[in-house]
Amino acid sequence: MNWSETLATSWSAVRSHTLRSLLTVLGILIGIAAVILTVGLGLGTQKDVSAQIDSLGSNLLIVSPGSSTDASGMRGGFGTSTTLTQADAEALTSKVNAPDIAAVAPEKTSSLALEANDTNWTTQVTGTTVSWADVRARDLEYGAFFTQDDVDQAARVVVLGSETATELFGRTNVVGQTVEIDGTAFEIVGVLASAGSDSSSNLDDVAVAPISTVANVLVGGTSASSVSTIYVQAASADQLAAAYQEAQTVLLNRHGITQADAADFTISSQEALVETATSIYQTLTILLTGIAALSLLVGGIGVMNIMLVSVTERTREIGLRKALGAPPWAIRRQFLTEAAILGLAGGVLGALLGALGTFVLPAIIGSSVVLSGAAVAGALAVSIAIGIGFGVYPATRAARLAPIDALRTE
Amino acid sequence: MSGAQATASEPVIQLSGVRKTYRSGAIEFEALRGIDLDIHRGEYVAVMGPSGSGKSTLMNVLGCLDVVTAGSYRLAGADVEELDEGELARIRNREIGFVFQGFNLLPSLSAWRNVELPLVYAGVAKDERRERAALALERVGLGDKLDNKPGELSGGQQQRVAVARALVGEPTMILADEPTGNLDSVSSADVLALFQELHEAGRTIVLITHELEVAEHAGRVVKVRDGLLQHDEAVAA
Repeated sequence: MNWSETLATSWSAVRSHTLRSLLTVLGILIGIAAVILTVGLGLGTQKDVSAQIDSLGSNLLIVSPGSSTDASGMRGGFGTSTTLTQADAEALTSKVNAPDIAAVAPEKTSSLALEANDTNWTTQVTGTTVSWADVRARDLEYGAFFTQDDVDQAARVVVLGSETATELFGRTNVVGQTVEIDGTAFEIVGVLASAGSDSSSNLDDVAVAPISTVANVLVGGTSASSVSTIYVQAASADQLAAAYQEAQTVLLNRHGITQADAADFTISSQEALVETATSIYQTLTILLTGIAALSLLVGGIGVMNIMLVSVTERTREIGLRKALGAPPWAIRRQFLTEAAILGLAGGVLGALLGALGTFVLPAIIGSSVVLSGAAVAGALAVSIAIGIGFGVYPATRAARLAPIDALRTE
Repeated sequence: MSGAQATASEPVIQLSGVRKTYRSGAIEFEALRGIDLDIHRGEYVAVMGPSGSGKSTLMNVLGCLDVVTAGSYRLAGADVEELDEGELARIRNREIGFVFQGFNLLPSLSAWRNVELPLVYAGVAKDERRERAALALERVGLGDKLDNKPGELSGGQQQRVAVARALVGEPTMILADEPTGNLDSVSSADVLALFQELHEAGRTIVLITHELEVAEHAGRVVKVRDGLLQHDEAVAA
């Protein structure tokens, strides 16, 4: 009996119990679909996270205040204190002390109410310097970013995010209009092109103004000179490590701290953020893969169970085939092929379900899911292997049936 | 071997001192207690005996479905008792054509697909299998039922399909176990007439039955009782 005949015989055996075969492969189906979705979700999330972190700008270091240990030994939380100042940001632009730093953009943020034409909208108002657009890799849709003169003179000008503009005016082409921020009138000089959102904030719902204006006009008081974050852009990817060192040295000197581990600020790089995010999703992926593997195991046991039933049901057929001259290996091969077909059927259906999921899921959970060809191919190979692996015992039992006993069964 | 047809050639079936003991726990049951039997090419032999006589065991031994406990069995010149499962399968495939009481056709397969099964395991190519299966079905008078499934055929027709299946591989012997046991008298006569034709065409046929009127069709009747050959005589065909 050659392979094509074995395949045809096994296929017709599977087909003769369509419903039972479908129910049998359900476990494998779910397992394979889960594997494909898990891998797809992992890859998609990784892609999203990388894109989000890239959207911050390129070759960036992010300096945040905090992580300080005070006299009593209490360690302050990340970003909880206001230890960074505009002067710190200014110092980092020094070409002498920090030659590898190309640009610096401090951010001083405050959640404030904006008003235009009787429409109110509360958003994150960011005070910064002119290099912000470059450092954060943002483009202007309309108008222009504010200038160094605006910063020097604390001009009341503002650049709006596209969503902020839409919320206030119902459109984005609003250059030249006036918006009141916390009661002070600002002229809109530009509107940012859309950049989507990152994990923590909507990048399109912002109002960017000169840092001097925000510090003096909007915030004032004791915290006028403090900044919430300083974005530092290295001249190139290769100079990122050097820029990190320089930024650390400059800030430690300015803050009068001698030991790096006592620093009252934290410098993180995009890579570190990517790594952190990736490691979280790797843990998640391992967990989900474990569940998928369990489902595949259960599916495999289901195949074995139904193959044992099939062998019992077809004892007479097996006996007849043996009486007609089927050697044990031909019987074994027939049942192994049948189990492999069940496994593969579960794999194919699971892959289809998984592929469908990669299109449907993003709409539901809002995270990208990547359909990985390697995952599909791997899943199909695994499903066949499960069929064969769990088919060995039933097939061997079938092959060992004595023809007389088999024929006697009524 | 009283009454056996005297033939100069070596017998195709040669049983000498064959014993078969079944063991079930501590209980031993001797189904065959020393059988000597020679069957020559072209003979039509009926093996008769009441149930429990050992005739079914004898049939299993003759059909290479079971191995003997003691003694020797030569089929077409080959010693059967020392063969492994694979070799037994080959012998069953090449040397024996089975006809069972319950027909044992596969219900999902058409008539010719059932008939071709022995050729499938003999490794014959598909076109040739179809041709030979069609010829065998014509031989038993079912040339127009090639594509009918067993469920669409009468009992007599089904048994004729089974006979065609037994013929198709050109085996040394056709071994029929109560072939008329499930048939009405008309179909029985039909099948027995078919055996008669095959016998006249030179086939070796061993027919196992407990009915005298069936055994009477054979050229030689062997009676089995309590695991021993009791009677062996040639009858007028």
